[in-house]
Amino acid sequence: MAKSKKKVPSLNSSSMADISFLLLIFFLVTSSMDTDSGLARKLPPPPQDEQNLQEMKVQQRNLMVVLVNSQNQTMVKTQLGDEWYANVTQMVGKGGKVGLKDKVKEFVTNPNNSEQLPELTEEDLGPPIGTVMRTADHVISLQNDATTSYKAYIAVQNELVKAYNELRQDAAKKYYSKSYDELLPEEQELINTLYPQRISEAEPKNFGGN
Amino acid sequence: MGKFNKSGGKELPELNTSSLPDMIFAILFFFMVTVTMRSEELMVKFRIPAASEVQKLEKKSLVTFINIGIPTDPRLGTGTQMQLNDKLAAVSDIQDYIAQEKSSLNEADQQFMTVSIKADENTKMQYISDVKQALRKAYALKISYSARKAEN
Repeated sequence: MAKSKKKVPSLNSSSMADISFLLLIFFLVTSSMDTDSGLARKLPPPPQDEQNLQEMKVQQRNLMVVLVNSQNQTMVKTQLGDEWYANVTQMVGKGGKVGLKDKVKEFVTNPNNSEQLPELTEEDLGPPIGTVMRTADHVISLQNDATTSYKAYIAVQNELVKAYNELRQDAAKKYYSKSYDELLPEEQELINTLYPQRISEAEPKNFGGN
Repeated sequence: MGKFNKSGGKELPELNTSSLPDMIFAILFFFMVTVTMRSEELMVKFRIPAASEVQKLEKKSLVTFINIGIPTDPRLGTGTQMQLNDKLAAVSDIQDYIAQEKSSLNEADQQFMTVSIKADENTKMQYISDVKQALRKAYALKISYSARKAEN
């Protein structure tokens, strides 16, 4: 047989791009890129027996109670006195009142070593923080009513977290001259020990009507 | 000016597009590797609340979702309902659901399991509290209140 002189015709691959585009679009549509974000919390383990059900004894001065009622009004109770916010705008400090965030910051740091705020204990946290005064035993108790809306609850949670974040950010700036996010995990850990996040989410109570 | 005379003959060379499919395939593989498939069809509709201090949930395979909202299908009711996996469920089903999700993870990862509560912002806290109590009983203690990033 004589060899054919004809060349093998090349495969027309111009539609290949279209096909792969189709596949690409299919994957784009069916997949979800959005990473979930939220406020991380740790729940306490379930009570083992009746004995544990008894509430942990907390000194009055170490306790800040944040109540959110069914009208989504917020009340903050410390030994220094009470503050009442009629709505979220006031709560974030825009309604002429001292916001919840600043209240929490004052409560956690106790800058003037007040008798009414959590007791300061002196502790050596190691370099570069050294010996500092911190309120190791403060507790913020967040309580809500059964008909509180989730939105108001999250708004209050957010203010609490914001207070801690700002304190930690300030500490990072002070001791490391860097922002908190740029620190190594161990360094962040150290700053977290300085300002431990102690928020307790109590079971709902039925106050403030329905 | 003869220099700009277009009529003089050379044809424009055709653009070589033979590497185009390869490029597209590269993008395709990138997407196939980086994304996770949408695993569940939502049966409840919700608008999650906004917060400014949100953190990203790191490992998506370790996250279990609980969706709380109003059913998209009005025949299923207009009250708050909860969706676990692909069906509506009651609060009492949470423990089984968590146990099942936990067992599907390998042992070393089980302690890192996070439950993300995606709830509508108008949900009453009673419901959320019930869910929280159920999660405590199921020893799923790491939770995250899902929220949109927003400045406020």
